[in-house]
Amino acid sequence: MTNALTRLLETRDWLLADGATGTNLFNMGLSSGDAPEMWNEEHPDRIKALYKGAVDAGSDLFLTNSFGGNASRLKLHGAEKRARELSRISAEIGRDVADAADHPVIVAGSVGPTGEIMEPMGSLTHATAVEIFHEQAEGLKEGGADVLWVETISAPEEYKAAAEAFALADMPWCGTMSFDTAGRTMMGLTSSGLVDLVGKIPNAPLAFGANCGVGASDLLRTILGFSARGPEVPVIAKGNAGIPKYVDGHIHYDGTPDLMADYACLARDCGATIIGGCCGTMPDHLQKMRAALETRPKGPRPTLDQITEALGGFSSASDGTDGKAPPARTTRRSRARG
Amino acid sequence: MSEEDDEIILSELNDEDLVQQMFDDLYDGLKEEIEESVNILLERGWEPYRILTEALVGGMTIVGNDFRDGILFVPEVLLAAGAMKGGMAILKPLLAETGAPRVGKMVIGTVKGDIHDIGKNLVSMMMEGAGFEVVDLGINNAVESYLEALEKEQPDILGMSALLTTTMPYMKVVIDTLVEKGIRDDYTVLVGGAPLNEEFGKAIGADAYCRDAAVAVETAKSFMARKHNQLSAG
Repeated sequence: MTNALTRLLETRDWLLADGATGTNLFNMGLSSGDAPEMWNEEHPDRIKALYKGAVDAGSDLFLTNSFGGNASRLKLHGAEKRARELSRISAEIGRDVADAADHPVIVAGSVGPTGEIMEPMGSLTHATAVEIFHEQAEGLKEGGADVLWVETISAPEEYKAAAEAFALADMPWCGTMSFDTAGRTMMGLTSSGLVDLVGKIPNAPLAFGANCGVGASDLLRTILGFSARGPEVPVIAKGNAGIPKYVDGHIHYDGTPDLMADYACLARDCGATIIGGCCGTMPDHLQKMRAALETRPKGPRPTLDQITEALGGFSSASDGTDGKAPPARTTRRSRARG
Repeated sequence: MSEEDDEIILSELNDEDLVQQMFDDLYDGLKEEIEESVNILLERGWEPYRILTEALVGGMTIVGNDFRDGILFVPEVLLAAGAMKGGMAILKPLLAETGAPRVGKMVIGTVKGDIHDIGKNLVSMMMEGAGFEVVDLGINNAVESYLEALEKEQPDILGMSALLTTTMPYMKVVIDTLVEKGIRDDYTVLVGGAPLNEEFGKAIGADAYCRDAAVAVETAKSFMARKHNQLSAG
């Protein structure tokens, strides 16, 4: 199967993805609590400006403004019936921006988590999750997305459900999880665990990786965890521009453009192929990241110490892949269960 | 291991061993076993409040600590909390009858625009596990919904949760409204959620940021202790 992203990956050693969606939209006047996806219809000019900001800063790929555009998430804005339509519009605007760019640009249809816990811990069934993702996938496809891009996932079951939905929509896809809890996802999956998971999915993603999470350091530790397993599928790194702070009534991330430039090169050295930012990453950051990736040579695989030296400390001592994580309580029944 | 070694007959354990086994069973998220043990202790004449504090709260403290330390993760904690709830369902009516001491009351909810309630539910469950009375407002709460609940429930603590960069500033909207109405100091305001941090909590005027459910419980307890001290001093 050939598609725009595969073709681009064949000709390049690395690709620059985009930065933040939410942080950028806030700066354009989005109110806290409102659904960003409504702006696809209400303020298409601003969504166009969002995409164009990334493209003009040198991004090879950007995500559509459809992260919360699934029925489960739109429900609380009373727009659950509009998932397909709002997702389609987000991709249509993206298609226009990409086609008008002076370099090849991939439109990646963003698909965020449902926000629900899946069975057996929660109430969301696999079938319903697939249906929710499928509906959004069809909308993004209709709008002209080159690939689908599920992100910020924490449960393996949800990642699998999204993959299944993308197969139903007959679309290539990428998928990243958020490793924000002691180096694992909220549900306890390690970086190595995601490599295993990706290996078991019949319609394998074009690329997989990590996004959001805690800070740039933690994210790179996760990337090292992926590449240590030597995966065949390219790795994605999309870390936050530092830590959020509240300054003069709005959120500001403390990672500077120069710091994100260092992060981008380190991400490549760690083994990532598609490199971008997440929350707090603005066009200024992307420009510096692009320039750094173009001008600095690829370096050797960094050590954990080199990462903390450049970007700051980790949020936890272990990420669960080094055998040094503290053990769970030994209980009589769990021993008996083996 | 043989079948006989594995078999644990709860009713044959003495009180001390049974409580230890309940710690294990909470850790493993075994609801039916917890319910059985609670009933056994009641039959043996334990006060409901003692079962709550020594067995359930004791066991959930271990779960909470291992969650805080990155040993247990959300799925295990949800199972443990489910088991605890099974025990609590038996104890709750009895606690009310026996006039057990009140630990504190909390109103909690995820802010407007945010559907995420996993973290908030964990806090809710762990707070109940620690003996607090919890009124859960669910997701997507506008400032009016918080105000109404504060008025009606008269809690000690207001808890707010947000998981998105796009919704976390709304916590400040709520706190600013409390300040405007002159009722900010009537409550301890705790905030939490993945993108937050301590500095953010301070900047928006919360009393504390709680990085996870276990920390939320510890923080709530320490604020309640301060409140009691102030009351007895005043």
